[in-house]
Order: sequence, then structure tokens, then C-alpha cells
Amino acid sequence: MEIKCEDGGKNLIVFITGDIDHHSAQEIKRKVDKSFERSNAKNIIISFKNVSFMDSSGIGMLMGRYKTINYRGGGKLVAAEMTAGISRIFDMSGLSKIISRAATVEEAVRSL
Amino acid sequence: MGIDNEMKVTFSAKSENESFARVCAAAFVTVLNPTVGDIEDVKTAVSEAVTNAVIHGYENTEGVVRMRCVLSGRELMIEIEDDGAGIENIALAMEPLYTSRPELERSGMGFTVMEAFMDGIEVESSPGHGTTVRMKKIFNT
Ligand SMILES: Nc1ncnc2c1ncn2[C@@H]1O[C@H](COP(=O)(O)OP(=O)(O)OP(=O)(O)O)[C@@H](O)[C@H]1O
Ligand SMILES: [Mg+2]
Repeated sequence: MEIKCEDGGKNLIVFITGDIDHHSAQEIKRKVDKSFERSNAKNIIISFKNVSFMDSSGIGMLMGRYKTINYRGGGKLVAAEMTAGISRIFDMSGLSKIISRAATVEEAVRSL
Repeated sequence: MGIDNEMKVTFSAKSENESFARVCAAAFVTVLNPTVGDIEDVKTAVSEAVTNAVIHGYENTEGVVRMRCVLSGRELMIEIEDDGAGIENIALAMEPLYTSRPELERSGMGFTVMEAFMDGIEVESSPGHGTTVRMKKIFNT
């Protein structure tokens, strides 16, 4: 699993490659929260384009980052480039009520 | 229906074994030429049950998880077992969004995912002794 955090001004853009499970979610949490803290970003965009697997640990990880953003105040979390498999688990959990989704990272940036 | 094939693995209750367990179960069913979707379902359900054993059963301390897979025709049975804390109230535990550990960023969706992705689930548990999750999946031709 690989995590790349890009400082995009008001947006922190996160690219995840590999599987998101309980094991990797802990590392994602640490890295994203650290990058967010160091940046002046308000929003977080996460790209799922190269995510090969996700279970409910990914749902918990997203809920946690939503809280991270809310703690700073006024920002949004956008899930971009989700594949069909990941969409299914995302929709099941009711996350779409609090996290918006975008087809591409560019679309996510435009929406913010 | 008789058993056509069976496998058992025993591994340490470590988070790095979550991926080992799901890849292992997926490899076991490849003889059925399953669809990508069916493989995803099995991998996700196994990942949920093993993660629960690691986090809730053993509360991230040392322990052993056992996984048994049985193929009978096009039906797969997967059993995942721990000797951990056990579950007091199984009906409550299986409710969507119920989690006993919200502080660990759990969403309480594990059992709901297992139910949705498999064709049957049974949970047996004895507080202080451990938990067994038994799941079934039928692979259509
Ligand atoms: N093997 C187990 N041993 C002890 N308790 C368990 C076990 N599996 C599940 N539980 C209990 O059942 C509850 C619900 O499990 P479930 O997998 O649905 O949600 P979760 O693990 O809390 O969150 P998520 O799976 O979404 O990360 C857990 O919070 C825990 O209290
Ligand atoms: Mg769980």
C-alpha cells in the first residue's frame, strides 16, 4: 500500500494505491492527519483510482477523516474515482450523506 | 452433499494476516472459475471476520485465528474462529452501525457487509471463550 499526499492549497489531495483494510487504514490515518495538520488545507480529496480492495475499515477511516476536517472547521471530504466495488460498500454504509463523490480529482477540485 | 475439498489455516491474530487470509480463501475457490465479483465478496467477508477476531476477539493482543474452508459442489463454507473475548449480545452486535469500539474508528458495518456479500451467516459465541463465524456462498455457473 502506498499513500501520496499532495498540498493543493485549500485542498489536501490524497492518492492511495493498494488495499484498504484494518492494517493499512491505520497508516492512512496517520499520514493523512499529519499532512492535513501541516497544511493550510480546509478540504480533503481522496482518490480511490488505484485502490484494489476496501472493507469496512475503509468506511471507518473515511468517517475519521470527516471528523478531522470538522475539527478544523468548515471543510469538505470528497471521495474521487471510486470503482464499482468500492462504491458498493460506500453506498451501503450511508457515507454518501456526509461525504460527496466525484468522478475525477479535477471535478472534485472544481466542486470545492 | 459430500465434501469435495477442504482446507484449514491457523495464523497469529495480527493485522498483517488480514490480507493473507482473504487472498488464501480467494485462491482456494479459484477451481470454480468464480466471477471477479464473487471473489471480491469472499475476500471482503473474510477480511471482516478476521479483522473482528484481531480487534475485538483479542483486542489487539496475542492470539490465534483459525480459518476453515469447505467446498461442496458449488457451495463454499468458510468458518473463522477465535478464542478471544466473545460476544455478549450477538443480535445487537449484528445490527448495522453497532460498534463497541467507536474510538478505534470502527463503523459497525462488518457484520452487515458479511451478510450482504455472502449467502448466509451464523455466529456462535461464548463470552470469555471465543467466537465462530460461519458463512456460506453459492457460486452460480
Ligand atoms: N470475533 C469477535 N469477538 C468479540 N467481539 C466481536 C467479534 N466480532 C464482532 N464483535 C463485536 O460485534 C461488534 C460489531 O461487529 P462489526 O464487525 O459489525 O462492527 P465493528 O467491527 O465494530 O466495525 P467495522 O467492522 O465496521 O470496522 C463489534 O463492535 C464487537 O463488539
Ligand atoms: Mg468489524
